[in-house]
Amino acid sequence: MAAVTFSDVSKTFPDGTTAVSDLDLETEDGEFMVFVGPSGCGKTTALRMVAGLEEISGGEIRIGDRVVNEVSPKDRDVAMVFQTYALYPHLTVYDNIAFSLKLRKEKKEHIDKRVREAARTLGLEPFLDRKPRALSGGQRQRVAMGRAIVREPQAFLMDEPLSNLDAKLRVQMRAEISRLQRTLGVTTIYVTHDQVEAMTMGDRVAVMRKGELQQVAPPQELYDHPLNLFVGGFIGSPAMNLLEATLERSNGGLSAALGDQRLSLGEEALAARPALKRYEGQKVVLGLRPEHLEDAALVTDAPADKRLQGEIELTEALGSELMVHLKVAAPPAVTEEVKELAADIGADVAAELEEAKGEQQTTVVGRFSAESNVKEGETTEVAVDTRALHFFDVESGLGIYDETKGATR
Amino acid sequence: MSSQPVPGPVGRPRGRALPSIFKKQGWQGLLFISPALLLLGLLVVYPMVRTIMLSFADTRANLKFRRWVGFDNFERLFTRDRGFFDHDTFPPEGALVNNLRWVVVYSVVSIGLGLLIAVLAARVRYESILKAIIFIPMAISATAVAIIWKFVYDPDPKIGSLNAVLNTDLSWLGRTDTVNYALIFAYVWASTGFAMVVLSAALKGIPEEIIEAARTDGANEWAIFRRIQFPLLSLPLAVVTVWLVINVIKLFDIIFVMTGGGPGGASEVIAFTMYDETFGNGEGGYGATIAVVMLIMIIPLMIWNISRFRSERVVT
Repeated sequence: MAAVTFSDVSKTFPDGTTAVSDLDLETEDGEFMVFVGPSGCGKTTALRMVAGLEEISGGEIRIGDRVVNEVSPKDRDVAMVFQTYALYPHLTVYDNIAFSLKLRKEKKEHIDKRVREAARTLGLEPFLDRKPRALSGGQRQRVAMGRAIVREPQAFLMDEPLSNLDAKLRVQMRAEISRLQRTLGVTTIYVTHDQVEAMTMGDRVAVMRKGELQQVAPPQELYDHPLNLFVGGFIGSPAMNLLEATLERSNGGLSAALGDQRLSLGEEALAARPALKRYEGQKVVLGLRPEHLEDAALVTDAPADKRLQGEIELTEALGSELMVHLKVAAPPAVTEEVKELAADIGADVAAELEEAKGEQQTTVVGRFSAESNVKEGETTEVAVDTRALHFFDVESGLGIYDETKGATR
Repeated sequence: MSSQPVPGPVGRPRGRALPSIFKKQGWQGLLFISPALLLLGLLVVYPMVRTIMLSFADTRANLKFRRWVGFDNFERLFTRDRGFFDHDTFPPEGALVNNLRWVVVYSVVSIGLGLLIAVLAARVRYESILKAIIFIPMAISATAVAIIWKFVYDPDPKIGSLNAVLNTDLSWLGRTDTVNYALIFAYVWASTGFAMVVLSAALKGIPEEIIEAARTDGANEWAIFRRIQFPLLSLPLAVVTVWLVINVIKLFDIIFVMTGGGPGGASEVIAFTMYDETFGNGEGGYGATIAVVMLIMIIPLMIWNISRFRSERVVT
């Protein structure tokens, strides 16, 4: 096992596109590092450079103390799990798992012992004599894992290993891979575009955008203190609501004007983000997490200046909670980052965003308590937990925190 | 088993076999397939039946039936015809043995070269140009190939480029020890492109990720070929082999053009003796016997080929 270090790593393809630029990152020994980002952000390329399947255009990758730039894949001692599993179709499950050990010319008994151990760990024992095509998707995924763990490599590299599974199985395998990684303690780099996987699995998560590393942090920190708009918008499901707001001074404190409505920020918000003062009278991007919105009828002491009004478009009852989509008369934040995030969800989402901008209407998603009685079509009041608001600079997209950290202009 | 009656599929009475196409469709079905049946019968079934009949017959010079001779033709072919099968020498000689030599040497060399080029070409930048060049001979008719190589093997170094290169004046096609290999080489040149194209396509069909997985699993290029690519090519390899073997059992044209079976019958093959007996010696019944022998050699390969295609899909 070993640390994997990226120093100033970049990758430019022969056609001139830059997939990764100046990546600086250290994955500690035994750490579960998740690379996350929308498609085309360079996360898979970064992983493939570690495996040796892509040449490194600039910088250095080290596995342990060894610089591996010029080391061929077979000598890097890393195990890769592919999105398509890439099982050897002509070999049985047993031989698939044993493949790397046989190449190393290990003793038969030793190979047998290791393969059976791996098969037991993964519940593959009944299938050892089968060919991959006689397995279900979940079983194939396990074989791919088995092929990796049997080698006891320096690091596991996983390229969206769960994205070909159905939702239920994905949740189960997510937990299994996490457990396996903790048990084995092998350094793991896990690439995904699914931020839920990133949040639930990673010791630390590296968010990438257009080949550039945005932020590396433990999941909770990423969630609570996104360094920029992109990270804030990408992490969290449902996503953070992003609106355009103007900071105004009222009654001695700051408040955020959203269209005709005002949210008073209160002392705590200002104390946590002293830099906000400098944005007085300016536009900022206001980020609202769905869980910080609640049906005002259920909150006994929500003051009038910490409420928003909106028309309910849609409610989704999940049993434990109620997802409420409501239209608020305030412009959505439309910056490069937001457009990119929308485009990643779908072209229609991006188009809707432009439309909403024109209409000065934003659809805000709130995670209400299941006791809420709001109905579609009603206009309702929503209590906002203003202590948990996020603010970003409109131009740079950087989060507005204190003077040293975050946006400085 | 449950005793409950299980309802059968709608529209088909339970417990009865699927009615034959004729019963189900009636005379209309027959009408629709009759043009195809007619053509097949006229062009394939009738000639085949006629050939089999003739193989038990003696014919006049105009190939008209004269009298039945039972298995005489077959007996003569395998026991008394030195040109076809000479078992007095060791190893045996004759057109049959020579043809078997073709089957082995020609198939192995064509496929070996085709596979080698397919694998190596995938690693160079100008793959498509390279493959096109090697495929070009496939577009040349066998007769033209024969004429080209007749020039190449010409004993006069001023004409024969092989002798010119080697600075010799050997009669490659005139010596019994070189003639067959010279012919085989010419035919390999003409058909390696076929093996290469099929195998190259099959090779491309192997997902890149499988190769990458093997590479990260510690396989070097040789191990990738031997343990991954080669086994995954087993079906296309078998198909190409059968195809080439069938072709070479029917081999006729380049022998006819380049050597006419000579020198002294040393380069004769089965199809050539069939032609020679039928049209040269006017022994249609005997020629038909040789044709039947060819058919018997080819049929198992065809059956195997078809059943293999039915039973197994290409895994990748």
